[in-house]
Amino acid sequence: MRTDITKIDEKTPHQELTEGLMVFAGGTSKLFNTGEWRTNTPIYYKDKCKQCLLCTPVCPDGCIPVKNSQRQEFDMDHCKGCGICAAVCPFGAIEMKEGQQ
Amino acid sequence: MAIKERMSGNEAVAFAIRQVNPDVMPAFPITPSTEIPQMVSTYIANGEIDTEFIPVESEHSSMSAVIGAEAAGARSLTATSSAGLALMWEELLLAASNRLPCALTLVNRTLSGPININCDHSDGMGARDTGWIQIYAENNQEAYDNFIQAYPIAEDPRVHLPIMICQDGFITSHAVENIELLEDEIVKDFVGEYQPEEFLLNPGKPVSVGPYSVSNYAMEAKKNQEDALERSSEVILEVAKKFAAVSGREYGLFEEYRTEDADYIILIMGSAAGTAKEAVDELREQGKKVGVLKLRVFRPFPAKEIAQALKGCKAVAVLDRCESYNGNGGPLGSEVTAALFREKVMIEAVNYIYGLAGRDFTVSDATGVFQELEDMVEQGKEVEQYQYIRLRK
Repeated sequence: MRTDITKIDEKTPHQELTEGLMVFAGGTSKLFNTGEWRTNTPIYYKDKCKQCLLCTPVCPDGCIPVKNSQRQEFDMDHCKGCGICAAVCPFGAIEMKEGQQ
Repeated sequence: MAIKERMSGNEAVAFAIRQVNPDVMPAFPITPSTEIPQMVSTYIANGEIDTEFIPVESEHSSMSAVIGAEAAGARSLTATSSAGLALMWEELLLAASNRLPCALTLVNRTLSGPININCDHSDGMGARDTGWIQIYAENNQEAYDNFIQAYPIAEDPRVHLPIMICQDGFITSHAVENIELLEDEIVKDFVGEYQPEEFLLNPGKPVSVGPYSVSNYAMEAKKNQEDALERSSEVILEVAKKFAAVSGREYGLFEEYRTEDADYIILIMGSAAGTAKEAVDELREQGKKVGVLKLRVFRPFPAKEIAQALKGCKAVAVLDRCESYNGNGGPLGSEVTAALFREKVMIEAVNYIYGLAGRDFTVSDATGVFQELEDMVEQGKEVEQYQYIRLRK
């Protein structure tokens, strides 16, 4: 009874939903774009960034991907704009701006 | 070959647990159910079963641990009574909404206050809307038989709901009576191994149990849960049929005792049904057409079946071992009369409250109820609705 949650939406009749609304699949939160909730948006200034990577582990939503020890652009599909990354950055490389941006 | 023994209700259920050998049992002691985890612990200490016993610090924790273990893929159960069940309140609902087929052996005891340790059904009735299947026993034999049928009902893919096996505190749990036990192998074959299709400790097949559900989904989940509870009726009957084949003992959603031509019927649940049956036998000898409808399965509530079973009588007395504090009667009184109305069975129905907090209920009390029904129908006597039996006044 593995679940394909791409086939479930707000029009699915109750008989076709899973037992107890359990999700019999992994990594499905990627399909849920929590970025829509954002009212403030972090702006990344690459020139000021020293790649200290303090911002990455404090992100509650894992929205700061790292590749070859270098942080990448924000994952705006999932960033909720909490601003913790901007608060923790010692170099002013992240600035919060109002709105979805 | 059936094994003839004599046992208390607690011993009988503990023995059934030994035969089922479930995977995990978290429990916290509370009178009068304490003996069940105590005896199971002894079986474990003696190496007779390999159940993982978790001594927890409260019933809130025991039911939480049952939920966790069951979701992980382990056949789990606990035992409790009264305030212990009340402390599980939140988790009871979660066990049901997460569709976990765990079991609870409830030894019915009154809820405080006034604080009291004796039998009534206020604990089980308090949990009547938690989504659990509830099966009540008249005696130790039924408590044993019901527990053996518990997992095959709960784990059926049409059901996947938790199940509560209830027996009356002290009256059943501590009184020693004759009992017929099944052999270990027969129980093992009957209950089988628990093989859930999906569970948490299943590498490579991740599951999210109990995710947050927004309003667009939660109502649908509740409807599905209700549908599963309704479907459990047929499963309960199928399992009872299979159980009859191995034990010779037949069970339905309720038992009809000498009701076929009865004018007056007492509808009752639990150990007091035996007392009411004794009254029926005495009155039948005097030529009175009386009978007992003993409710076994309270959840799902067999409303239509009860109404149909009562439609031939002139009056029914619905006896509640629980006060509902609603000004309108006990839980059975309310649900049975609603069932009669919906099925357009317009017989007389009187609700009585009896046996609260261990108050005696005797054969003469039951004959008195039958007499009152007869006086009401034959003599036009005004009968007080929702009255207390054996109340000093």
